[in-house]
This record gives sequence, C-alpha cells and structure tokens, in this order.
Amino acid sequence: MTEIYIDTEISDLPDARGYFGEFGGRFVPETIIPALDELESAYAEAMADSAFHQRLSHLQRTYTGRPTPISYARRLSERLGGARIYLKREDLAHTGAHKINNALGQGLLAQRMGKRRIIAETGAGQHGVGTATAMALLGLECHVYMGTIDIRRQQPNVFRMKLLGAEVIPVESGSRTLKDAINEAMRDWVTNVETTFYLLGSALGPHPYPKMVRDFQSVIGAEAREQIQALTGRLPDACIACVGGGSNAIGLFHAFRDDADTELIGVEAGGRGIESQEHAARFADLDISRPGILHGARSYVMQNEDGQIMETHSVSAGLDYPSVGPEHAHLRQLERAYYTLATDDEALEAFQVLSKLEGIIPALESAHAVAEAIKRAPTMPRDSVLLLNLSGRGDKDLDTVIGLLS
Amino acid sequence: MTHPRQLHGTAALDAMFARARAEQRAAFLPYFCIGYPNHAESLRAIESVAAAGVDGFEIGIPFSDPIADGPTIQAATQIALEKGVTVRKCLEAVRALREKGLAQPMLMMGYANPLVAYGTDRFVRDARDAGADGLIVPDLPPEEASMFAESCAREGLALIFFLAPTSNDERIGMATANATGFIYVVSLTGITGARKELPAYLTDYFARLRAKTDMPLVLGFGVSTPDHARQLRGLTDGFIVASALIRAWERGFDEMRALAGEIFDASRE
Repeated sequence: MTEIYIDTEISDLPDARGYFGEFGGRFVPETIIPALDELESAYAEAMADSAFHQRLSHLQRTYTGRPTPISYARRLSERLGGARIYLKREDLAHTGAHKINNALGQGLLAQRMGKRRIIAETGAGQHGVGTATAMALLGLECHVYMGTIDIRRQQPNVFRMKLLGAEVIPVESGSRTLKDAINEAMRDWVTNVETTFYLLGSALGPHPYPKMVRDFQSVIGAEAREQIQALTGRLPDACIACVGGGSNAIGLFHAFRDDADTELIGVEAGGRGIESQEHAARFADLDISRPGILHGARSYVMQNEDGQIMETHSVSAGLDYPSVGPEHAHLRQLERAYYTLATDDEALEAFQVLSKLEGIIPALESAHAVAEAIKRAPTMPRDSVLLLNLSGRGDKDLDTVIGLLS
Repeated sequence: MTHPRQLHGTAALDAMFARARAEQRAAFLPYFCIGYPNHAESLRAIESVAAAGVDGFEIGIPFSDPIADGPTIQAATQIALEKGVTVRKCLEAVRALREKGLAQPMLMMGYANPLVAYGTDRFVRDARDAGADGLIVPDLPPEEASMFAESCAREGLALIFFLAPTSNDERIGMATANATGFIYVVSLTGITGARKELPAYLTDYFARLRAKTDMPLVLGFGVSTPDHARQLRGLTDGFIVASALIRAWERGFDEMRALAGEIFDASRE
C-alpha cells in the first residue's frame, strides 16, 4: 500500500487562534504562551520539511510496525448478525496502543527543537509507556506524571515505564487520576519551560496540541481508509472509536471527515450509568457537563454549578477524564460526529466477548468501542461495513478485570 | 481606614499607586483566599491586615485545578472549597468587607472556569456592585480575554494581565496594550510559592519592561519576606505576597498578622 504516515491534507481547522468553531484556544498562564508559540512554529517548520516526514515514516515502518492491519471480526459479526465488523489493529502497534504514533512524532519534534528533557502525563499508562519507549529510542530524558489511583490500577504499565528508563512521578493531588497528572505536568512545564518539552498525550490542551496530536494520530484513519476500501471495495458505513481525550478517535475520524455517508461514532465512558453521576460521559450528561475551560482549552467539561471540576469514574483509566478534546466538541456541534456511551459493565462484557470470539484481548478503553459495535451491528444491514478502532491491547487491564469478575 | 470610598476600579488603583509613589515605596497587596481556613477567619485576616494600612488586596476565589499554583495555595484553596466557598460567597465577602469600611482596592483573583460558569458579564457586574476594583485570571491571556474586556471596561474594573521572564516583545506589547490597572509581573518561570531568594535578574527584567511601558508593574510569585520587600523598593510599583502568609498562618493567625506587618513596615523603611 501507499506509504502514508500522516494525513497531510490541510484541514482549515483549527483557525490561527487554535479554535475549532467555538472550542479550543489557549487558556494557560502567560509564562508558557511563548513556549506554545515556539512549539507551533517548530511544528509548522517540521511539517514543511521532507526530512522530518521521512524520519517519522521510517520509524513508523521499522519500529512501530506500521501499517497496522485491519482484521475482519468474522465470528463476532456472524454472532451479531448484522454489519460486518472490521478492526483497525492499533493494539498491534509497538507498545500495544496507538499512543506511540503521537509519542514518536512529538519526540522527533522535541529532538529537532533541541529539548532534552521530556515530560508527559498518563492515565491508563499507555501514553506513558509510548512516551517512555520513544524517549528510550531517541535517547531523551523522560518523566511521567501519573495519579496514584491510576498507578494502583495500571501496575504493569508503571513497571514498564520504569524498565524503559522513565521516572514515574506519583500525583497525590485532587482526584489522583489523569486530570491531576495533567495539572502537575503543566506546573512542571511552567517551571522548566525553557528546557522542557511537554509531550501531551491526547488531542486536548492548549493550541497547538489538539491539532498536533490529531495530525500525528491521523495515520490511523489514513491507513484504514485505504485498507478498508482494498478489503471491501467501499467506504465504511460507520467508524467507531472510544473517546477519553479523544486522540484515537480523532486519528480515525480525520480521514473520513469529508465522507458524508460514513457515520462517525465516539463512545464515552458511561461508568456506573448516567443516573449515578459516576461516569465520564461529557456529551451525554448535560446536567453536569457544559462548555467550560480546563487544561488550556474551551470544551465540554464536567463541573458542578460553581464551575469546580467534578471527579469522574470509569473502569478504564484512559477514559476517566472530565473534559474532551475541543475538536470532538466541534464535530458534535456540527453533527458530523455522534457521541454515545458504554457503561463499565457493557465494556467488561465486550472485553470478554472479543477475547472469546476473536482471540483479541482489547484494552478496557477500546472495549467501550466494541460494546457500541455489539449494540449497533445487529441494527445494520448484512452488507454494511463497520470500522472499529481497536486502539489498544488489554494485557495492562488483566488485574482490573480479574478483580471485577471474581 | 474607615472613610467612605471616593474612587473605585482603575481609578482606585491609580490613586493607590500615586500614593505609594509619593511615599517612594512599592504598594503591598497581600493575597487572601476566601474560605481559608474558614469563611469568618479569612475575613478577619483581611480586616486585620487592612487595619495595618496595607495598600490593597488580592481576593482569591478557589478552583479545583489551579495549574499556576504551588502546593501552599493548592492546599489552602482546597480547604476553602471543602468549606463550601463559591464564587457568590467570595463576592459576598467583598461586599461585607466594604460594609465594614474596608477602603483599599480589592482585586478578584480566580481561574477562568468558575467565572465562566457564573457568567462573565454577570460576574463583572456583581464584582463591581460588591466593591471589587479589578480582576486577575491566571489562565486568561489577553488574546482570550474578550469575554471579560468589554464588561470590565463598562464597569470601570481593572483587567490585569501577566508578564513573565519568558515574555518576548510581542507578548509585552500585547499585555500592555490590553491591560488596565497594572501589569502583574511574574518573578520567575514557575508556580506560586514562598522562596528564600528573589531572582538576581529582577533589575534587568524590570528595565526591559519599563522600556516598553509606563503602566504600573506589580511583582508576584515568590515574594516572601521583609527583606524581599526592602529589595523591591525603587524597582516595582507594587508587590503581592501569598504563599508566605499562608505558611505563616499554619503556625497561627498572629504569626501571619505579624509577617504581614513586618513586610509592610519593611516596604516603608
């Protein structure tokens, strides 16, 4: 297939101020604005430099193992008796998740900018592992902030990061999850901004991160759009991906944005159900989620009446976040993408179903997308095609799942 | 200081700087978060320090995710939230302080989201009605501030922007073109918190800023001791102390009150 590692087609969004419609922007302390400007221009220069593209493309091919394949989920599709379900196998990318795409892209950019100290946040640990891996490869110093609750529920990834030479810095503040890890990473960046590159892991945060992370993840959709046509002779009727910050989803959706007949479906964490208020469904529960400002961008934010950020819940650490990438808020407002949710129980069920029927143990995050496919496929005609981004593998979740199932 | 206020908003700040300048000193603006350690004590602290004659106040509105703040203010604002402090209660506190005769300028300091949730126009109007003089939002650079700029101009409230050691000429130009009242000069690249020493580069840093603007400059982040206050004389038009007062307060109200007094005295020596 054609060598594609980034979707270079110019999208007109975000605008020059980093806005996707009314979402996005740069709500950060003045101290780091010059660093964002520097990052934005370094990124633009890198994008205009074919040597940068070649270097990233080479690593994608020889290190990450791209292109990742698409697998037809035959037994699952037959069991459900509706759409044919195809899995984009980001779980087969090196480190076992899509996060490596962005980590390598930003890592090369950091190297190009002469920054040798890299910081990152992580929730499930997949971005932390991706970053620690990329930094080991590139020989850069790596520090990963991680909430202590997430450290507890993602032990294998904590060990992996340490093995890869990264320092894992426990975060005890606030809800001790991804949100607080981002707070601490931003505080570190404000303090060490002149020497440090903040390698943000999802399509959120201040401009240019939502754009940059989307671009580095757009390889997923760019490959998948070619592959699915080669396999099925057509475009998919629907693309499904889970949405925490939303990087794997935007990476898949971006290539299909102009394919009006392809429905784009994001799946948020429904946790213990909307009624429980213990979830991370930013688009589903508009009683406690509305446009606000968190971590440098205007987007949907789960908050109380007084604008204090609410603690979220999901069985999946990677979806356990009170805001969502601004481009998703925009796609939803345009009604170009549709957002739904899967509860903890539905995700756990999907986790087991995919394991048993396809021999693929999905990450709990990705299991939310599988849960939506299980609901949706039977309602679709037999000749329809459903493309699901299997964003990561589930080995890291075995302890959690064993605990919940026993 | 129980005389009725003649001036408000930017005019009150102008008068504050004029008075300090006439006395050849920098204005001292301590920070207090409403609700730390509880509502009544935070008001008592402000009244008590006001009685010593300090020049103005930063009135902190707590936020769950204060990314520009170090551990001391994080912990204090977390306690305030646990005590049930809301934006509305912060505004009521300002009103109550005015009713008790507090005459110094008060600047509301809070992160963007709680203010957006309250409603930006409504917040600015209610802040003005309560007796506040300005607004400081640490995660709101000038290019994102249009949501506050118009209403602050209408109500005569100062809208303060920040500059940092990392600010280049373009950023200095943007802040000074848009700010009203004064420029908040962040002393260092970093978060709030008490520090032993002031950075050595302050003189050059201020010279660089003075070359670009005539606006009053108020230094914050790390200003902690009477000795710091002495060093700032002739350099800055004002300075803010926050974390050091909270840390002193952890040893008792009187310790906090004493430190505020010593810093104020040192600024006048």
